[in-house]
Amino acid sequence: MKILVCISHVPDTTSKINFIENNTKFDTTGVQFIIGPYDDYALARAIELKESSGATVTVLNVGLADSEPTIRKALAIGADDAIRVNAEPTDSYFVASQIAEHAKGFDLILMGRESIDFNGGVVHAMVGEMLGLPAISPVMKLEIDGTKVKMAREIEGGKEYVEADLPLVAGCQEPIAEWKIPNMRGIMSARTKPLKVVEPKAVEKSIVAQKFELPPPKGAVKMISADNVAELVTRLKNEAKVL
Amino acid sequence: MTTLVFIESADGKIKKTSLEAVVYAHAMGGTVVAIALGTIEKQELDAVGKYGATKVLHAADAKLDHPVIQVYASVLLQAMLQESADNLILANSSLGTPVAAKVAVKTGASFASNVVELPTTTSGFVVKRSIYTGKAFSFVEMKSAKKVIAIKKNAAELKETGVAVPSVPFTPALNDSDFNTRILSTEKASTEISLPEANIVVSGGRGLKGPEHWGMLEELAKTLHAATGCSKPVSDMGWRPHHEHVGQTGVKVAPQLYIAIGISGAIQHLAGVNSSKCIVVINKDADAPFFKAADYGIVGDAFEVVPKLTAAIKASK
Repeated sequence: MKILVCISHVPDTTSKINFIENNTKFDTTGVQFIIGPYDDYALARAIELKESSGATVTVLNVGLADSEPTIRKALAIGADDAIRVNAEPTDSYFVASQIAEHAKGFDLILMGRESIDFNGGVVHAMVGEMLGLPAISPVMKLEIDGTKVKMAREIEGGKEYVEADLPLVAGCQEPIAEWKIPNMRGIMSARTKPLKVVEPKAVEKSIVAQKFELPPPKGAVKMISADNVAELVTRLKNEAKVL
Repeated sequence: MTTLVFIESADGKIKKTSLEAVVYAHAMGGTVVAIALGTIEKQELDAVGKYGATKVLHAADAKLDHPVIQVYASVLLQAMLQESADNLILANSSLGTPVAAKVAVKTGASFASNVVELPTTTSGFVVKRSIYTGKAFSFVEMKSAKKVIAIKKNAAELKETGVAVPSVPFTPALNDSDFNTRILSTEKASTEISLPEANIVVSGGRGLKGPEHWGMLEELAKTLHAATGCSKPVSDMGWRPHHEHVGQTGVKVAPQLYIAIGISGAIQHLAGVNSSKCIVVINKDADAPFFKAADYGIVGDAFEVVPKLTAAIKASK
């Protein structure tokens, strides 16, 4: 079985978000970049399947050269080879088009439910649509039984158990697998694993980000004594008007 | 210009955010056609017209009671073609968002999800999206003539602008090959109030010390007609189900009131609650970082404060 895991290269979840150049560009100063946390779950499940069934795992990233350390980390975790589509991942449709170009021939196409930078949450659905494959997300459990895949999908207030045939696309989230930490042997071998850089397919951009904005700063917290809980109720009613 | 709005429902009831999508479409101008799929109560459908839809299509085929994403996308596409619709507006959800993405690919439309406000049209058609898990916004120009927009809760304020219109039956062709995902079963929490839709959310963290102490939190939630949530460690330890996990990698909520009890306020948790209108933090540690993100704070032992709060709310009714 051939598994493709698509990973995003995103700011660490603890990053402070700032913009520069008149709010048109993300400020990368002091920001640590990581494999998208949801993509990391997809990768961990792929590695489990590799260990249990001898699948091969290819990682794909749409990104510029600065995402290569992130790709190498995925190789250190256990992926066999990697493809980097040399382009800035500006929007979901663009990224999905690039993935679809390279995803043919894979049995299972995994990625996170969403990237934690732009949070579109639709690349898996778009890739499925472009390739005519079932696309299921967010998947919390994925078991392969021959050509059938049984999955648990999180829905509002519960779970939905679904089944579909390979090949398919799945957007993953916890607890599909435990995140894996690369060991020294993995880090050493990752240096020599193949990482192919390809140029992007031309795609007309139908959406353009004009500028960014931070939320307005929060006012100071109003502290209320633990002995006067009734005051909180009064304030929530009369001041905040939320009760 | 004609805009189609997908009306999402659960157990025959329409989701509030779907009605907000109708208001959103109405504010864009032109004709608003709404479409509901599967079994829905009649009086629920009547409301759709009041919020601005001039026509309500209802595809009542029982095959549509279980929402298969591929099938729903195909039905919406057929409705768009029949109505010559330029746009599709719907509510962000585990169903709506992927359906929207598929329709966008099928129609070549510009696509935006997590949209938080009505569009501006002074320099192109520009929508405001929530990005970096609520830590920032981007203003995105949608350049195609066709547009597909998935809105977040509270993107448009509900107000009645029209009158109820009778629904018109819609009978799409259902292609067997679209049923490529088979829904085997669905497991729903017994709580009546869905967390992402709730107006008030009461969340608990590790400070509650164990799942056996959730009773007082549930009592408070019941008094407030609130949904219950929790922090990531609490769901990781299995104290509460995963679908209650609020945060960066869990559910993102946008209630009027968010009450956090015994949650220290890690940045990943804040990312899931920063769209809340008002945040109350109850924590015995005065240095808990959550207080910096709160509107109101009480430093105190949750086991004493929460029952008092429940009693005070009951007394004020």
